[in-house]
Amino acid sequence: MPTVELRFAALNGHVRTARMIATAVSRRAGVPAGAADEIKLAVTEACARAVRVNRRHSPDSPVHVALVDTPDTFTITVVDCGRAGDEVAPGPDGGLVTASTLLDLEPEAADPPWWSDTSDDDSAEDSAGFPPGLGLALIEGLVDEVEISRGPDGVGTVVAMTWHTGVEAAPYKTAR
Amino acid sequence: MDLSLTTRQEGNHTVVVVGGEIDVYTAPKLREQLIDLVSGGSYHLVVDMEGVEFLDSTGLGVLVGGLKRVRAHEGSLRLVCTQERILKIFRITGLTKVFPIHSSIEEALAASE
Repeated sequence: MPTVELRFAALNGHVRTARMIATAVSRRAGVPAGAADEIKLAVTEACARAVRVNRRHSPDSPVHVALVDTPDTFTITVVDCGRAGDEVAPGPDGGLVTASTLLDLEPEAADPPWWSDTSDDDSAEDSAGFPPGLGLALIEGLVDEVEISRGPDGVGTVVAMTWHTGVEAAPYKTAR
Repeated sequence: MDLSLTTRQEGNHTVVVVGGEIDVYTAPKLREQLIDLVSGGSYHLVVDMEGVEFLDSTGLGVLVGGLKRVRAHEGSLRLVCTQERILKIFRITGLTKVFPIHSSIEEALAASE
């Protein structure tokens, strides 16, 4: 049974609602300040991604968020209703591709591929110049443990993010 | 907390002071501001992020879009930021290699001379 559960219509404005709730719940759970910042950003990225995916394939379906607080961990699960694996860029080792690889910033690329996409179409999302999967790559850099899996019945993607917040557990990363 | 934007001219540079939250909801406002500035002939921008309380990948996308636009006119886009939680996002994404990041507006302006 999750500590707090939330279901919201796939609208950008509600991503902020989810962020505020996650912030409030993490504060109440007493997670360290550094982890609270990571939680705030990671839940935003996961929800923004889920909203994009739902709007593309299943605009009437809600995004589902569950926040679970235990003495040692804080876990957030975000589930979309799109095609399984949409906006997930798996790396060769089965893990997630890092942001700098997605952006082609290593090795020193003067003009990464996404860079030359100079469409001046103002109706297009500016983030369109960014590869899909950037949100997850950012999550990978923020969260202690990320697990991406298929949703129930093969519909959608489940993004589960866990922070080790307990004193006994490994200390969370302070900086990268 | 919504997004606040103010601009002012410093020599041939335009300083954009951003405050509040840049996310999927407010990022379009910042994007419009940057597009307006570039269409109006301002190609040297300094974006002051000191008042930014939250930044997500959508906000990063808008900043990268702005950088692309000014570069198309041989311009520049410099960031002012000393907040660790914001700097961390640029580090994780490797964008510290793309954006010159300064600790004050004065430093950014001096570096651009």
